[in-house]
Amino acid sequence: MKADEKMQEDYKYGFVTDIDIEDFPKGISEEIIRLLSSKKEEPEWLLEFRLKGFRQWQSMVHPTWQYCEVPPVDFQALTYYAKPKSKKKVDSLNEIDPELLETFEKLGIPVTEQKRLMGVAVDAVFDSVSVGTTHQEDLEKVGVIFCSISEAVKKYPELVKKYLGTVVPAADNYYAALNCAVFTDGSFVYIPEGVKCPLDLSTYFRINAKETGQFERTLIIADKGSYVNYLEGCTAPQRDENQLHAAIVELITLDDAEIKYSTVQNWYAGDKKGLGGIYNFVTKRGHCLGKNSKISWTQVEAGSAITWKYPSCVLIGENSVGQFYSVALTNHFMQADTGTKMIHVGKNTRSTIISKGISAEKSNNVYRGLVKIMPSATGARNYSQCDSMLIGDQCGAHTFPTIDVKNDTAVVEHEATTSKISADQIFYLKSRGYSQEKAISLIVNGFCKDVFKTLPLEFSVEAVKLIEMKLENSVG
Amino acid sequence: MLDIQNLTAQVEGTNILHGINFHVKPGEVHAIMGPNGSGKSTLSKVIAGHPSYEVTGGSIDFEVNRKKIDLLSLEADERAKEGIFLGFQYPVEIPGVSNLDFLREAFNEVCAYQGLDKMEEAQFMDLVRQKLKLLEMDEAFLHRDVNAGFSGGEKKKNEILQMALLGPRLALLDETDSGLDIDALRIVAKGVNALRSKYNAIVLVTHYQRLLDLIVPDYVHVLYKGKIIKSGDKSLALELEKKGYDWLIQEQH
Repeated sequence: MKADEKMQEDYKYGFVTDIDIEDFPKGISEEIIRLLSSKKEEPEWLLEFRLKGFRQWQSMVHPTWQYCEVPPVDFQALTYYAKPKSKKKVDSLNEIDPELLETFEKLGIPVTEQKRLMGVAVDAVFDSVSVGTTHQEDLEKVGVIFCSISEAVKKYPELVKKYLGTVVPAADNYYAALNCAVFTDGSFVYIPEGVKCPLDLSTYFRINAKETGQFERTLIIADKGSYVNYLEGCTAPQRDENQLHAAIVELITLDDAEIKYSTVQNWYAGDKKGLGGIYNFVTKRGHCLGKNSKISWTQVEAGSAITWKYPSCVLIGENSVGQFYSVALTNHFMQADTGTKMIHVGKNTRSTIISKGISAEKSNNVYRGLVKIMPSATGARNYSQCDSMLIGDQCGAHTFPTIDVKNDTAVVEHEATTSKISADQIFYLKSRGYSQEKAISLIVNGFCKDVFKTLPLEFSVEAVKLIEMKLENSVG
Repeated sequence: MLDIQNLTAQVEGTNILHGINFHVKPGEVHAIMGPNGSGKSTLSKVIAGHPSYEVTGGSIDFEVNRKKIDLLSLEADERAKEGIFLGFQYPVEIPGVSNLDFLREAFNEVCAYQGLDKMEEAQFMDLVRQKLKLLEMDEAFLHRDVNAGFSGGEKKKNEILQMALLGPRLALLDETDSGLDIDALRIVAKGVNALRSKYNAIVLVTHYQRLLDLIVPDYVHVLYKGKIIKSGDKSLALELEKKGYDWLIQEQH
C-alpha cells in the first residue's frame, strides 16, 4: 500500500452517516436560545440559566493567552442544535434509527442491549442529542442514575438545579459561557451514598452534521462513600471545514467518594496539510467537596486540530486527592495546549500530575499547569512530572508550569524532562529485528507507561493502538 | 557465510573504511583488533546496517542455507531477521519498556520473519529462564526497563542474553569485554561459547587478549586506518599482547 493510501486510512472514523438531521437555523441569538429551550421542553429556570450564560458570553472577548493559533470562529455560521430526525420520541433502544445504530456499531460502541459489553453501560451522544443509554435497569437496582442530561432535567430537576454550573460557572471562560447558553445534551450521573457503581459508565460522543457545534454538558455527582469509573470516547467524520466542540464536564465528590474519569479523545484532526479538523475547547473540572474524596482524570488526547483544555481539581474537603494523568500526542499540523489546575483549599490535600506530551512533524504541544496552595491548605502536597518527547526536528514542545504557594507547610515538587527519540535508540531496536514503526511505538509506549497503566484495560489497549496508528506515517 | 569485498564507508563526509576484504565461514570465530580509531566499531555497524554510515563502495554478501543475500540492500531490521546480531559497545536505554516485553517482541519478530509459529508464552518463558541460568542472571532482570539504570556489566550481559535468545547465524560483538570484571567476563564468554556451532560464526571486536583466552579465535585480524593490515591465527593476538601495534604499523610505511 502506498503511503498516500495509507494516509487515507489513518482516521478510520471518518465516515458520514446519512441521516435526516432536524436542523436549526444558523447563528446564535436570544431567540435561538429560546427556541432551543422550548424544543427541548425545558423548565423556566434552565432557560434563565441559558440566557444568563448568553449575556455573559456577549460581554466577553475571545481569549488570546493560549500558545496555539486559533483562527477566528464565526459563531453566526454555526448551527447550535442538530438532532437526528426520528418520527416519534424514542422510548427504547429497539426503536432507534437502524442507521444510527449502525454508525455506533462501526465505531465499536455497543449501544444495543443484546450487544452489551461486559460491565460497561453506555450513553451515546450523536451530534446534539443522547440517543440511548444502556443497562438502565441494572443501574436502577442500586439507585445509580445514568441518563442524558435532558432527561435528568425532567426527571431529577432538584439534583440538576443544585449542582449545574456550580463547578464551572458561566463566567469561568469564554467557551464555558457559550456552552451554558447553548448546551444541547450530555450525560448525567448520580451515584447514591455508599454505592460502588457496579458497571463502568461510558459516554461516546460523535459529531456528524456539517457546520454544527457540539456543546455537550456532563454532570457527575458521587455522593458520600460512593465510587464510579467513567469513560469517555470521541470521534467525528472527516470534513474539510473546522468544527467546534465546546463541552463542559463537572464532577462533584462528597465525603469519601471517588470518581475516576478517563478520556480517549480521537476527534478528526484534519488532514496532513492541516485542512479541517475539530476545535476541541473543553472545560473539565471537579470539586472534591467532601473529606477524603478523590477525583482522578486520565486523558489520552490524540485527535482534534486544536485541543485546548485543562481537566482540573479543586480540593476543598480535608485529605481530598486530585490526580491528572495525561498523554497528548500531536502530529501533522495539530496543536495542543493542555494541562491541569490543582487548587488546594482543604487541609492535607494531595495532588499528582503526570503529563506526557509527544510531538511529531509540524505540530505544537504545550503543557500548561497551575498548582495553587491556598492559605487554608495546611500540609498540602503536590507532585508534578511533565515529560515531552519530540519526534523529528520541526515540532515544538513547551511547558508553562505555574506554582503559587500561600501556605508554608506545603510541599510542592515539579520535575520536567524533554527527550528526543534518538537514532541510536531506533538502530538498537532495529538491530534486534524491530521495524522502524515498531521501534518507535515501543519507545513511545514506554514513555507513556505511567499514564496508560492508570487506564481501564480496554481503554489502555485502545490508547496504545491509537498512538501506534497516529505515529504510523509520522516518522520517516 | 560473510563475504566482504573492497568495502569503503564514510560517516559525515569522513572516510573511515578504505577497502576492507573480510571473509567468514560457518563455525569460525574471528577476532578484530587494532588501535583506537582504526574503524573496528564502524565495520561492525556497517555490517549491521547503521543508517549514519554511508557505504561508498564494495559489497557485503551474506549466505545462509545456500541463499546468498546482498546485505547492503537490506534495512537493519531485515539484516537482524536474516540472522545478524550486533552486540553493542554502549547498549541503549529504553525507559518504560520491560526487558521481558522487549525480548519477547524481538523473538516473535524474528520467528515470524523466518516463517515459524509464535511460541507459546510458557514455552518462551522456559527458554528465557534457561538462557538466564546459562548467564547466571537473576529473573528480576526481566522486569527492569531495558538497560535503564543497569551497570556496565549488566548491560553487556543483557546483550549476550539477547544474543542467546535470538540465536543468530553471525554474531558481531563490539567490545563486549570492555568494562567487565573477571566474573562477568567469564560469564559472557560462557554465553558466547554456548552459541558456537558449525552453523554459526562469531566476530569479536576487542582490545584484550583476556577475552581471547576464554573465547579462542580461529583467526585474528588487525585493522589500522580502515584497512586490514595483518591476519593470522590465535598466536597473532599473543604477539600483539607482547609487542603492541607499533611494529605492524612500521611495516606499513
